[in-house]
Amino acid sequence: MLEQQLINALTLGSVYALFALGFTLVFGVLEVINLSHGAVFMVGAYAAMTAVTRFHAPLGVAILAALVVSGLLGLTIDALILRRLRARKAPHLIPMIATLGVTTMVTSAAQGLFGVEVQRFPEAMLPTGEFVFGEVHLRTLELGIVAVAFLLMALLFGVMRYTRQGRALRAIAESPKAAALLGINVEGLFMLTSFSAAALGGVAGVLIGLDFNAVTPMMGAPILHKGIAVVILGGMGDIRGALFGGLFLGFAEVLSKAYLSSQMGDAVAFGLLFLILLVRPVGLFGRVLERKA
Amino acid sequence: MNRVSKHFSLALAGLLAVTAVAGDLKIGVAEALTGGAAQYGVPIRNGFQLAADEINAKGGVNGNKLVLVIEDEQGKKEEAINVFKKLIFQDKVLMIFGPTLSNSMFAAGPVANAAKVVAFGTSNTANGITEVGPYVFRNSVMESDVLPVTVSTAVKHYKIKKVAVIYGNDDAFTKSGYDVFKKVLEDQKIPVTTTETYVKGDVDFKAQLTKIKATNPDAIICSGLAEEAANIIVQARGLGLKVPFIGGNGFNSPKMFEVSKTAGEGTFVGSPWANTNPNAANQHFVAAYKAKYGSDPNQFAAQAYDAMTIAAAALKTVKITGNLPADRQALQEALPKVSITGATGPFKFRQAAPKDGKPSGYDADQKPFIYVIRDGKFVLFTGK
Repeated sequence: MLEQQLINALTLGSVYALFALGFTLVFGVLEVINLSHGAVFMVGAYAAMTAVTRFHAPLGVAILAALVVSGLLGLTIDALILRRLRARKAPHLIPMIATLGVTTMVTSAAQGLFGVEVQRFPEAMLPTGEFVFGEVHLRTLELGIVAVAFLLMALLFGVMRYTRQGRALRAIAESPKAAALLGINVEGLFMLTSFSAAALGGVAGVLIGLDFNAVTPMMGAPILHKGIAVVILGGMGDIRGALFGGLFLGFAEVLSKAYLSSQMGDAVAFGLLFLILLVRPVGLFGRVLERKA
Repeated sequence: MNRVSKHFSLALAGLLAVTAVAGDLKIGVAEALTGGAAQYGVPIRNGFQLAADEINAKGGVNGNKLVLVIEDEQGKKEEAINVFKKLIFQDKVLMIFGPTLSNSMFAAGPVANAAKVVAFGTSNTANGITEVGPYVFRNSVMESDVLPVTVSTAVKHYKIKKVAVIYGNDDAFTKSGYDVFKKVLEDQKIPVTTTETYVKGDVDFKAQLTKIKATNPDAIICSGLAEEAANIIVQARGLGLKVPFIGGNGFNSPKMFEVSKTAGEGTFVGSPWANTNPNAANQHFVAAYKAKYGSDPNQFAAQAYDAMTIAAAALKTVKITGNLPADRQALQEALPKVSITGATGPFKFRQAAPKDGKPSGYDADQKPFIYVIRDGKFVLFTGK
């Protein structure tokens, strides 16, 4: 049973990490707690769903569609709301509340457009492969999610560390004003960040929609709560933190359900989170008074 | 003009005015049309609308058209109370259908009961709903009437010795289903290997199912809504857990098959409604719903459709006077006498036992059908 539970924990943790990546990226660069990330995630899932059911696109194309549509939504949110708030130097709480409003709007719009009922990807689309080791079952889809989460994390980490854009982004995270003085196109990189973060969220939406086979307008809310916890735990704005925070939450949740009680899953996971923050208020990878990207 | 004819013409004028008002029968509909519960509230609204349109197309009730005043109660208790007040005092409806969730009925039902207006729930199955008072009605069958039959039928068929249980513990509907299952299992002396829970919005049940698998039960009892239940079944099969499921009322939806496909084979469900029930009223309802809304109806739509038919049957026997309190009262008195055969089969009301010496409202008196899932369909279980 333990082996199976560890695999369950790994896949659940990867799901959390995948979601948290985009969330933490926006925070690291834009310093915005973007509460619309859950809605963007949901839109990604619906974009892929529409591509599959309306246009009979193969899964790869559907994921690409999700990436583009949710990326553009992220860009729109940035252009219409976040940029204006930046220009007015609005305090931190304002963009947070504004993006909460975006969530309500986008969710209601999705309810109107796609209906309130749970939708699913057609059976034939789903990868059906499965690896069985004795009592342990691992589906190809789960393996895919774990792989994608780790791959994207490595990619983002590499970009941030070793490319020009990454250096520029880190400079912005340090101080947008100083970066602008150095000739960095701050607004352009903000747009790039908004696009990439939302695109990541959208891809997460498709993968999670595929894995749990449930796409609804409300699917963003529960994962947003977990996502916030993951990001706080990992250290706000830290990419490695998102991965490890996600895995931590996944393992804490699954193992407490398995060995304590299924009523205790969230209680134990969030209890541990609380304890860790008591010892390390900046999160696992956060550093005091230092902005990170 | 002499006094007599003056009075006569006044009375005549009054009568004309009344007829003009009575031309429309205003019925309030308070359902969750947005938010998480909208997945039930919207099909329910559709069921009402379909029935009302059909009744009006046939000339209405005694020549009066049914007019629905539809309000969104968002699946929230507070909103349900607000909407009930608006419908009762501002829109001056004859009666109210809804709200969607049992939780909301516990909150808003007393408002209607105090105002002596019928609150007619079509989707509230929690115990104690009708104890709110004599103005609270429901045509949703309580799980305590359905589940004992479901469990004993499945136990006999599969020769079940011990079961595992999984249920949603933060929802009045699934929690109340669990409470009934628990009592049924105690009554029928069936040991439980483990009891697992999840919360609304969960999509990953693998931790609980892995645990269940380790306890090696003969069947899994699940009190959950169709969406969750279908995912639970699919994930159970993904983990190599092959035992049959026994489900509560929430299982009864075509959604079960959209997700679970063949994974749900052999699942036992008890319900007042199934889309394949061959009675004529049901066949008509299923076809008409699909034609109007482009999707298959579910149990919630069927019960709403029947509820409107029940209300229309009661209104037919009521002489509408235009005096709102009197008409509301007459409707309350007419409803318990109605018996119809609708999409959910033969239906009549049964008054709930009085609570603290005060009269209670009316529950559904309906026989459950036991269905088993075969080839991705609900098949009426005939003992084989």
